[in-house]
Amino acid sequence: MTVASESATLESALRQARLPGVRHFRRTLGLVVPGGILALFVFTGIFAPLLALQDPREVVLVERLQPPVWQSRGSWSHPLGTDQLGRDILSRTVYGARVSLLVVAVTVPLSAAFGSLVGILAGWRLGLFDKLMMRVVDVQLAMPAILFAVLLAAIFGPSLRNVILIIVVWTWSAYARVVRAEVLSLREREFVLAARSYGAGTLWLLARHILPNVLNPILIVASLEVASVILIEASLSFLGVGVSLGTPSWGSMVSEGRHLLTTAWWLVGVPAAAIVLVSLSGNLFGDWVRDALDPRLRHVR
Amino acid sequence: MTFLRLLSFRLVAGASVVFTVVTVVFFVSRVIGNPVSYLAPVDATTEEIERIEEAYGLKRPLLVQYRDFLWDAARLDMGRSFRTGRPAVEEVKDRAGKTVQLGVLALAFSLGLGIPLGIVAAIRRGSLLDLLARLMALLGQAVPGFLLGLLLIFFFAVRLDWFPTGGAAEWKSYILPTITLGTLTSAGIMRFTRSGLLEVLGSDFVRTARAKGLHERTVIWRHALRHALLPVVTLLGIQAGRLIAGSVIIETVFAWPGLGRLIIGAIQSSDYPVVQTGIILFSISIVVANIIVDLSYRYIDPRIRAESL
Repeated sequence: MTVASESATLESALRQARLPGVRHFRRTLGLVVPGGILALFVFTGIFAPLLALQDPREVVLVERLQPPVWQSRGSWSHPLGTDQLGRDILSRTVYGARVSLLVVAVTVPLSAAFGSLVGILAGWRLGLFDKLMMRVVDVQLAMPAILFAVLLAAIFGPSLRNVILIIVVWTWSAYARVVRAEVLSLREREFVLAARSYGAGTLWLLARHILPNVLNPILIVASLEVASVILIEASLSFLGVGVSLGTPSWGSMVSEGRHLLTTAWWLVGVPAAAIVLVSLSGNLFGDWVRDALDPRLRHVR
Repeated sequence: MTFLRLLSFRLVAGASVVFTVVTVVFFVSRVIGNPVSYLAPVDATTEEIERIEEAYGLKRPLLVQYRDFLWDAARLDMGRSFRTGRPAVEEVKDRAGKTVQLGVLALAFSLGLGIPLGIVAAIRRGSLLDLLARLMALLGQAVPGFLLGLLLIFFFAVRLDWFPTGGAAEWKSYILPTITLGTLTSAGIMRFTRSGLLEVLGSDFVRTARAKGLHERTVIWRHALRHALLPVVTLLGIQAGRLIAGSVIIETVFAWPGLGRLIIGAIQSSDYPVVQTGIILFSISIVVANIIVDLSYRYIDPRIRAESL
């Protein structure tokens, strides 16, 4: 078969894939698969101590570098193999999910709350506060999260607290920008003017008329941020400026295993698969949330 | 507004951002952090700590220290590296060249990949290429830079042995780091080109151009594309930051002898002046990149050129 006819077949197959029934199926699949992976991620993160078969830090040198069970020397006692210190990869990956989940669970609500508050105030008051906010964003753009993480790690040594601080400081502005833009258009709308005309106070206006209308954008940004928070945490841990040394996290697992890539691929392969699966699912899920709640916000990402 | 006035306006704004970054670096290290903890050995006695505080002027009022820090920074004196004893500015200068090389190559690669792919994806909307492009964009958002780098090393350096696994010794060593860093930014450029072009293709002036009987190629290249690429230019300013943040990671993966790896190495040996200098230099380059983008944007788009700032 020539390349041209092959691509023609594929194209007609794609066209068929856009038929209503197939499309509905695809859309459901597009929610169920990423949703399922995310649910599994949350579940393992919460119940890691109950699920992990072994202590993720237990060093058993005689059992080091065992391959996963499906390879010739693998065994069921370590289904995903062991690392260079004989620590169980499966249980380290499960505990790594716990670190990622913890970081997401703390930073996303924190920066959503802070960013939205700033966005509402900036969009509502404009003026000096608004200008100040834009300045702060300028400085942030000039000093990427990684550099600030490097600075903090140089001073305090790596820790989970640093990671959380950095991620909040570097993600709140996404919420602030989107919320500010929404508020700018909302404040001129008839229902807000009407509420004003009968004498509603600022607090009442913000709480009853503005806030309910910016909840959807906030939710959308938050769901899209989940994946990027996971990637930031993994990157920081990979560089050794993330969670403290010794804590099993996906990024540090990749970093520790990378020198053995040729002889023991699973040291990098397993945590890498976890990172990509979860962040991909997070992105797909975020896209789904956005399309379901407010397709206008496609420009958000 | 004349070009010179615009330029000076931008430079002042940029300088204020750099000034803020320097201030943040100072206060984070002196107020939140305790300088003695990184200046003194772990087992230092009280007298030794006294002596260090005396030598570095840490007992003076904070604002006096801040003033001196600014004054030294303005004269490019950032102290000496704890590790080599050479001035930190010299250390950083030696490594900056390699990082700039990598950054420029990666930028060229991501434009060369992202823009054509975005154009094809927009013109042949729904085709296999479009699907591939969107798949690439999706993966580009889900695969962190260090994983992409390791993956490329595994297949092209170890398995196939086409390229070295790291370093910057020969021209071949440039290829994998360039592809890794460039791919990170090309996904965004591709998406902006595609959505920009799709938007423009439905607009009145494109319909007019077609109605005049212009060749489709002329319509796209001379009319639609020029318009569609404006947001891509804006995006480049943001990508400058990404490239630099990415270079810290990519240099670590590929053992690239650049600034990013210098800084990461400096952390491990608590070489604080070098970390500080490197961060400030990175920030300055991001600010400069944004000024260039901003000015060229105003130059490219006649509507903005006509407006007064």
